[in-house]
Order: sequence, then C-alpha cells, then structure tokens
Amino acid sequence: MTAIDPTAHLTAEQIEELGRELDAIRDEVIADRGEKDAAYIRKVISAQRKLELVSRGVLLFSLFPPAWVIGTAGLSVAKIMDNMEIGHNVLHGQWDWMRDPKIHSTTWEWDHVSPADQWKHSHNELHHTYTNVIGKDNDLGYGIMRVDEDQKWHPFHLGQPLWNFINACFFEYGIAAYDLELGKNLHKRRRKNPEFRARAKAVGRKIRKQVLKDYVIHPLLSGPSFLPTLAATFTANLVRNIWSHSVIMCGHFPEGVQVFERRSIKGETRGQWYLRQMMGSANISGSRAMHFMTGNLSHQIEHHLFPDLPSNRYAEVAVKVRALFEKYELEYVTGPLPKQVFSAWRKVFRLSLPNKKPEVKTPDREQELVAA
Amino acid sequence: MTSAALRSRAWKLLEMVTTPLLPSDYLDLVSPLRAGADLRGRIESVRPETADAATVVIRPGRSWRGHTAGQYVRIGVDVDGVRLWRAYSITSPTDRHDGRVTITVKAIPDGKVSNHLVRRAKPGTLVQLDQATGDFVLPQVKPDKVLYLTAGSGITPVMGMLRDVEFDDVVMVHCAPRPQDVIFRSELRDLVSDKKLRLAEVHTDTDGMLDIARLGELVPDWAERETWACGPAGLLDAAEEHWTEHGIPERLHTERFRPSVIVAGDGGEVTFSVTGKAVDADGATPLLDVGEEAGVLMPSGCRMGICFGCLTPLKAGAVRDLRTGDITEAEPGVLIQTCVSAAAGPCDIER
Repeated sequence: MTAIDPTAHLTAEQIEELGRELDAIRDEVIADRGEKDAAYIRKVISAQRKLELVSRGVLLFSLFPPAWVIGTAGLSVAKIMDNMEIGHNVLHGQWDWMRDPKIHSTTWEWDHVSPADQWKHSHNELHHTYTNVIGKDNDLGYGIMRVDEDQKWHPFHLGQPLWNFINACFFEYGIAAYDLELGKNLHKRRRKNPEFRARAKAVGRKIRKQVLKDYVIHPLLSGPSFLPTLAATFTANLVRNIWSHSVIMCGHFPEGVQVFERRSIKGETRGQWYLRQMMGSANISGSRAMHFMTGNLSHQIEHHLFPDLPSNRYAEVAVKVRALFEKYELEYVTGPLPKQVFSAWRKVFRLSLPNKKPEVKTPDREQELVAA
Repeated sequence: MTSAALRSRAWKLLEMVTTPLLPSDYLDLVSPLRAGADLRGRIESVRPETADAATVVIRPGRSWRGHTAGQYVRIGVDVDGVRLWRAYSITSPTDRHDGRVTITVKAIPDGKVSNHLVRRAKPGTLVQLDQATGDFVLPQVKPDKVLYLTAGSGITPVMGMLRDVEFDDVVMVHCAPRPQDVIFRSELRDLVSDKKLRLAEVHTDTDGMLDIARLGELVPDWAERETWACGPAGLLDAAEEHWTEHGIPERLHTERFRPSVIVAGDGGEVTFSVTGKAVDADGATPLLDVGEEAGVLMPSGCRMGICFGCLTPLKAGAVRDLRTGDITEAEPGVLIQTCVSAAAGPCDIER
C-alpha cells in the first residue's frame, strides 16, 4: 500500500460508472467474436506444433553446433508459445466459446509440470479473483517474498533476490509447488490429507512424463547427440522459465502497482473489483512480436479486466481501456520490458531490507463507501 | 509378441515422445481424414437445388463405416467460429462410386447451420462427422407396394432411398409450397418418365395443405402400401392418426426432424460442475442450449431427443422432459437427454 490511495478522488458512483463502461467494452468484443478469432488460434496452435516438431527434428543432429543453436532457439520459442499465447489463454477459457473439444479449457494440457486443472484453480480462481490481495493471492511474492512495505520483514527476506532468481530458473516447478500450496500443505497434519496426496501424485506423474520426454526420450532418440540434446532441452526449459517469470513479474511487481489488504475487498462491488484489477496490474509496451511472445500478457491490465476475452483482442481493447484511465485520472502503468523488469527487481531488492512503516494509511474503501 | 501388441507398444512410446499432446494431435495437422482419426469429412462441393436448398458433397474420413438408405448423419460445422452440431439425412446412394456422401440442406429462417451450409460453406472446409444412424430405413425384404409421403425437406431421407433401391410399384406424394420449391425436381421427373415412380405433387400455396383424410383420392390403394413418411410434425401426427384409425399403424414409418415440445415448467439454477459454471435457466430452454450458451462443452446430436448423442449424467436436482412433461430426478447413474430436458428447479449437470 502506497502512502496515498491513487483512487481516492473517485466517488462510489464514478467507480460504478467505470464498471459499466468496462462492461460495454467487453460486450462489444463478445458480440464481434467469430470466425477470424477461431482461425487465429488454430493458426497459432498449428504453427507451434510445427515449430516444435521441426526444432526437435533438428536437435536429433545437435552434435553439430549450428543444429544445436537453431534447434534450441526453435524449441525455446515453441515452449514459450505453448505456455503463454496458447496454454495460459486456452486454460483461461478464452476459446471455450468455439465449442471445439480440442481447444477447450476442460480438455487442454500444456508443456508444463503443473497439471492444467491444478493451475486453473490457483491461477483462475485465486490469483484472478484476489489479484494483489496480500495473503490471498499466491502470485504475490509466491509466498517467499516480501512485496510491500507494509508486510512484516523477516530475516528470511534478506535472501529474496536469490529466491527470486532460483524461482525464475525453475519457474514451472515453483508454480507446481504453489499450485499444490506446498507451504501450507507440508504441515504434518495436512500432509496426509487424501485430497492433497491425490493432487501431489498427479503433479508427480506430470513431472515424470515431462522429464522423461525432455531429458530421456528425446536425447536417446538423438543417439550420438544424446548430451547436446539433453543440454538443448534443458536450455529451452530454462529460457522458457526465465522468460515467463520475467513477463509475469512485470504484470504485478513494478513500481506504481498497488497491493491491497484483505479487509479492503470485503463487500467489493463489480466496479471496485474492476478498479482493483486496473490498479493492481502493469503492462509491457513493445512490438507485435513482443506482445505475441508474452502471450499478450503484456496487456496485463486488459487481461485482468477481461480474463476470458480472446488474447488476440487485447491490443484493440487496450486503446479503449487506456482512454478510461485518462478519463478517470488513473495511472496506467506501462513501459518497455527491460525497464519493467528492472523496476520489479529493484523492488525485490529494496524490500529484502526492513523499512520504516509508512506513516499515512490508505483510506479504508469500506469506510469511504459508507461515507458516500 | 503379436503385431497388435507391438503396435500398441510403439504407440505408447510415441505418446511419451509427444506428451502432453497426443501423436494424433500432430497427425491431424497433415492428415485429418486418415484411418483412426476422429471422424471428419471435407466438403468437396455445394450444389444449389432450389433457391433455399443445396446439396453438400462430403468426402468422409477413412473411418467412415457407410450408411443405410434413409439414415441421417450428425455433422459438426463451425459457424462464425462456433462448432454447432446438426443431424441431416443422407441423400446419396449407399454404393456411390467415389465413396462421397451427400446431405441436402434446406435453409430454414434463422437456422444458423442450415443457412451457413446452403449459402456460405466453402469447398475444402473440414466438418466433424459421426457414423450414420437412424432406423428410418427400408426392410430387408422388399415390400410389393411402397408409398413415400413427404413434405418440404422431408423428402431428403426418401431421396436417399429412391436412389438406393428400386421397387416395382412406388408412389410418392410430396408437398411443397410451389413447384420451384420441390427439391430434386428434375431427378424426380426423370424417374417418372422412366416409369420408376408415380409422383403426386401437392403445391400448398395453391392447393392448400394436404388433407390426409383425402389421401385416397391421390393414392387409392394407400392402405395396402408400406409407407415411409417424413415432414413437419403436423403432417406426421395426422398420418399416424389416420393409419391407426384404419388399423394399420405398423405399415407407417415416420421420421421427425424436430421434437414436439408440449410442456414447460419452472426453471432453476443449472450448475455445470465439471466446468464450474452456474447459470439461471427457464423451464422451456433445453439444457443443451443452456450449457452451450454458457460455453460448456456439451455433447449433442439430433437436438430432438432421438439419437441419444447428448446423454449426460444428472448429478443433483430434477429436470423435465420437454416432450412429455415427465420429471427425472437425480440418482447415481441417471443420464438425461439434454436436448429435450429443461431445468425443473436447481440441478447439477456433470459437464
């Protein structure tokens, strides 16, 4: 919580009006959603599969350095496409309206160690509902970092730049762990909970399949290129992990993004929910290729307002959303990737050290409502 | 090891290579019609029949098992990016030399799929298919005398029969608003001139609706004929009554294209527990439509309660059969036809 509430100038009525205007933007896209969008996602999925197939084919000869470089680059991009523009968005139900069982949030599985159904719960239900609410949103510091001045400091936080770096390198495992809510569930009493055990087993199975594919089968298929292929798939996973970690960090960590207290979301209206999403997210500016490689999470603000709109529509939605930010005099946090990554990391470092408690408190949204 | 076991081992290995996708996800990119793939077809051409009807020629995938004359096929078409399933009678003969099948579609007002197929479908488009099904078929033993009683697009399954099997004595009574609305008109004329068919056309715009009680004026020996009837509910209801009155209901075979909805009651909140969605539904909207509107993956078929392609477990609550008004309550193992069931209070559908 920053010292001054950047939404304090809005009346309750204005906030609801803002909500209605955002609803209208959403309705417009839904009314217009159709054949072109369907063709888009099918094209992306088909391109991803071909790229992965070709890259893995090239890696069969990864003993030759040029093949290693091309294959690794291709596989890295294919894995990023699978997770970001395709997996993340399909699992959000962005393409469920097509009623194609092959491209549906209930049937999709992705190149990631966290099984789709567990990720959907922790991401779609928890993170998107409780965006940036301390103690409710696991994405906020992933339970290992301090992300706000108001959070109590603990010597453990001294190491958070390192924790964050390790988490970036093995991001998919970090996600699997927090989808399992390991921190909470490893307590003695909870460990034996049959529901937790079943989920842990499912993660184990998924990890086994992923590891077997990337680090045993494909290297074996490469014959004499066993070791280079092993190194290539490891590199591709590393690239994918660091890339998606960076993109996601830019979504909620950079300076200017607000976090919220549990009590501030009690009795939240639709308008207030929208406002929290607007203030709790940050965008990344850049080229079309850049937006594509981030799975359009560069339009994080728009994605958080409308998590189930097809990702290819966020760019056009962003123009209208930004106009609303201006109209209501709110700060639209955005910037190029390096700047945003730097800003997020700076915060990680700064908050690893204790600080004085901010003096001015955020006005309580509930009290404000009563006053209005 | 047998070759089948070997193949299944090889397939398992291939699955380890492609996980989390399946080998078929990659094969579908290059060969969507191959044997073993989900059954699909490719539209090869769309030929207009009348101003609002067209015949769609489809090359079915290798898994297609053929059909019996008079049967229908469920077809999944992407309209404005949304997959919609409908059932259409197959109009091609069973022994068509090139292995293609045809359906003949009449565009109905506000019909999303029919208008798309008649007016916008492009050759080369992939469609999803199911195996042919339906019991509106000819018997093994040829009857001596046959009557086909059809109206509008009800002519389509019968055309499949006419093209497939020749009888010694066939009469057809067909109703259409105007002469130019008769689908397959020139082909019917040819059959007539070849003396393979006697045809009585009723043009309802000028002649009025067919009065089934006066069928005898058109076909004096109708009662001696094995009859296949297909058309709007009004015609079929009247025919069933007429044949029953004359004590020969077993001679009449009917095919309905739409369910006759008679009852609606109070609705309720419908929960789709697998998808995790809940929506309010009235007591008249089929749960299939409710689910589809909510973006839930609902299996579907004929959408009229005959093919059972939409069977779904009812986990909790009660539903009402829109055709009979019967209430079905949730019990372990209870499956409902979502296309003819509406919410009768809050219910939980396992989708």
